[in-house]
Amino acid sequence: MADKLFVKDHDVVIPGEELAEGLDYLPAGKAFRDGDKIFASTIGLASVKGRVIKIIPLAGKYMPRRGDVVIGEVTGIGHSGWMLDVNSPYPADLNIGEASSEYIDLNKTDMTYYFDIGDYVLCEVINISEGKFIKLTAKYRPYRKLKGGNIIEVSPTKIPRIIGKAGSMIALMKDATGCEITVGQNGLVWISGQADKQAVVARVIKFIEREAHKQGLTDKVKEMLRGK
Amino acid sequence: MKVIRNYLAELLKMQKREDGREPFQCREVSIETGVIARSPGSARVKIGDTEVLVGVKLDVGEPFPDTPNEGVLIINAELIPLASPDFETGPPKPEAIELARVTDRGIREGHAIDVEKLCIKKGEKVWMVNIDVYPMNDDGNLIDASALGAIAALKTAVFPKYDESADKVEYKEFTKTKLPVKALPIMTTFGKLAGSLFLDPTHREEKAFDSRLSISTLDDGTVCAMQKGGFGTFTKDEVLQIMGLAIQKSKELRKLLK
Repeated sequence: MADKLFVKDHDVVIPGEELAEGLDYLPAGKAFRDGDKIFASTIGLASVKGRVIKIIPLAGKYMPRRGDVVIGEVTGIGHSGWMLDVNSPYPADLNIGEASSEYIDLNKTDMTYYFDIGDYVLCEVINISEGKFIKLTAKYRPYRKLKGGNIIEVSPTKIPRIIGKAGSMIALMKDATGCEITVGQNGLVWISGQADKQAVVARVIKFIEREAHKQGLTDKVKEMLRGK
Repeated sequence: MKVIRNYLAELLKMQKREDGREPFQCREVSIETGVIARSPGSARVKIGDTEVLVGVKLDVGEPFPDTPNEGVLIINAELIPLASPDFETGPPKPEAIELARVTDRGIREGHAIDVEKLCIKKGEKVWMVNIDVYPMNDDGNLIDASALGAIAALKTAVFPKYDESADKVEYKEFTKTKLPVKALPIMTTFGKLAGSLFLDPTHREEKAFDSRLSISTLDDGTVCAMQKGGFGTFTKDEVLQIMGLAIQKSKELRKLLK
């Protein structure tokens, strides 16, 4: 039986669309195999790299994975930790033992000294329980409370474009504005620096999010940064 | 939220906004009228990413006993989940009631419609003007968008055919007679964040600001309605400054209606 490929690289695909036939191709990400055919399970751009067919989703909520670096907003304080909103459908918890490498005496310390409600914390996903409860850690560098700056929300599916190849897009923005930029895998971006420069970075990131599926993005971003 | 608030405050101190606007610059406004074919008057207003759809419906009914020779004006607003993840279905929340009432107050107290001309038979039959406001997308400042949509829809609205002997309104047939609109009240909303004033707050600014003041003004500079929101306060000088700016900014918006 001849193997057939029905899509090209960068084609827009819709859920249920047949991508390929035959056992030579391998589904990855949001593509799945049914019998000897490969289908798409979400709307996105097809990516064909050799024998691997993948879909880069155009939209979607953040789904936590172990090892992800995320930015969370503190929404609650409990007996032995903090509740964080990591822009995901599932709750996240930062235990007191994971908050600092030093010993925290709960009888003597006010927990808001470390993280208060409304603070943003850069942390790492260490575990996701069966009930989809997210466990975080902020014990080691560079995990910390993000002081000052600005937080913007972008679609988590666009994060790779914002970072660029080996961080090239981020470096471009950092060099042009002198701002510090931290990107969480969950779609929150923290920008710190001069307030008006922060606004420029925020606008450029929103632009990248909007135009993420188009080609020649780096040149457009360069132009935008030069104009400001 | 406090992180964003501090950032916005710092920007405002530099006379700047997140989206590159000046403090007293409105976002891009566009008005489309006659967007609903079945409605005698409708408008779609966009202020930046905020979008509101407004429809006018005309009916014949009985007037209120204390105003037997005046038509009836009813404005209703609904914050549907389509517009924002913050809105939920169910009975209207205070925000939805406020939006409807503030829009209503601007139109009513600005005497936008000559209500006496809506009278068909004194004490028995008058035209009832229903204005329905539906936000399609909330990126802040729904009040201005709704007020602008309501007046734009009213301005283009026509009466449906009315058979007086049979007392029946033919809703699908429109006459060429326009509604007696005699004034164009325009609402402008100002926010205050950490002591700085600004016009046309976005959704993020609305979440972070201390207070807001909406002012409705007429062509001749008359202030006809006001609404203050949020927990913060305004000084007398600030209110006067906002009033001056409201008159000036509403002139620019009124040009879009013509």
